[in-house]
Amino acid sequence: MKIAISSQGKDLTAQLDPRFGRCKYFIFVESDSHEYECIENPYINASGGAGVQSAQLVLSKNPDLVITGNLGPKAESTLNSSGIKYETGASGSIKDIIKDY
Amino acid sequence: MIISIASGKGGTGKTTVALNLALSLSENLTLLDVDVEEPNCHIFFPDIDYQEETVYSKIPQIDENKCTLCGKCAEVCQFNALAILPKKTIIFKELCHSCGGCVLLCPAKAITEVPHEIGTIKTSNINNIEFSYGLLKIGIPASPPLIKKVKDKIKLDKINIIDCPPGTSCPAIEAVKGSDFCALVCDPTPFSLNDLQLSVRALRYLNISFGVVINRCNIGDNKLIDYCYSETIDILAQIPDDRKIAEAYSKGQLIVNALPEYRKHFTELFDKIKERI
Repeated sequence: MKIAISSQGKDLTAQLDPRFGRCKYFIFVESDSHEYECIENPYINASGGAGVQSAQLVLSKNPDLVITGNLGPKAESTLNSSGIKYETGASGSIKDIIKDY
Repeated sequence: MIISIASGKGGTGKTTVALNLALSLSENLTLLDVDVEEPNCHIFFPDIDYQEETVYSKIPQIDENKCTLCGKCAEVCQFNALAILPKKTIIFKELCHSCGGCVLLCPAKAITEVPHEIGTIKTSNINNIEFSYGLLKIGIPASPPLIKKVKDKIKLDKINIIDCPPGTSCPAIEAVKGSDFCALVCDPTPFSLNDLQLSVRALRYLNISFGVVINRCNIGDNKLIDYCYSETIDILAQIPDDRKIAEAYSKGQLIVNALPEYRKHFTELFDKIKERI
């Protein structure tokens, strides 16, 4: 499955970024093949609504699951409205996190 | 004539100065309390009747039947208030600044503007003073739209005194904008001096004439006065830290009524402001 993860670094050895709306990068990874795409978060310095925009960016890539540390209320509201599955409270390296899927 | 009473640090005595200035004058004037998050002037006018009006801003409403999910509205929105989801578009009301851009630019004309309650304005006439204050509805994050509405009550042919919110962020700037003169109320403490410097920068940027009123002028050192001299900032009035003032205030009494010897502080303050407009 395709998993979207907020990341502090550009590859799978990086640590998960506990922030969602203002994380450094978003990594979209296939849990079986480990093929991945990394996007630098353009909303990291938005004055407001960073979570809203980041959620839209992530949704536009059609992941099956979103994994992050904390979701702000507007980001959570956006993801909820779309019906996508998401998990919060995660930590550790991206590689370790996707092992379970 | 529009005189705003502002400050950097809060709690320096803006409402004290605004009220007592207004009450020391016999001309017809308008007193507006635009500290809409926490108005205080009305506390000193108990038992009066007010006319009340509800104030609305506008937020977008999307007709899901017409929306094509093209994303133009979200692209246009400077405040990230619109999110395009796979099956619908959602709006975050608290981020919307009512610019109307999304309404204008929707190719499917799917967006209309609907009213959104932001607060109330209460108005009363007290002798020669027409008094209005704004009260922001709880949960509304932005004061400037309501502050603008209260300031619609300014009468250009009269004296208008505006009791502003403290600080130098959006509410304070909206409050002082357009004044002929701003009296900055401060006290001789390091915190107040620091915040006064921020206010001075803001007012200079806005090109609004200003002067300083030092409240509780005997409680600190000379750094505040030295700063004013070095920046050639006029000190318009100095009010001492008189316990009798605090006692009167705590009983909801106005200084110029309870302690008439202070009336001249405020009439002289007005004269100095008038000279500088």
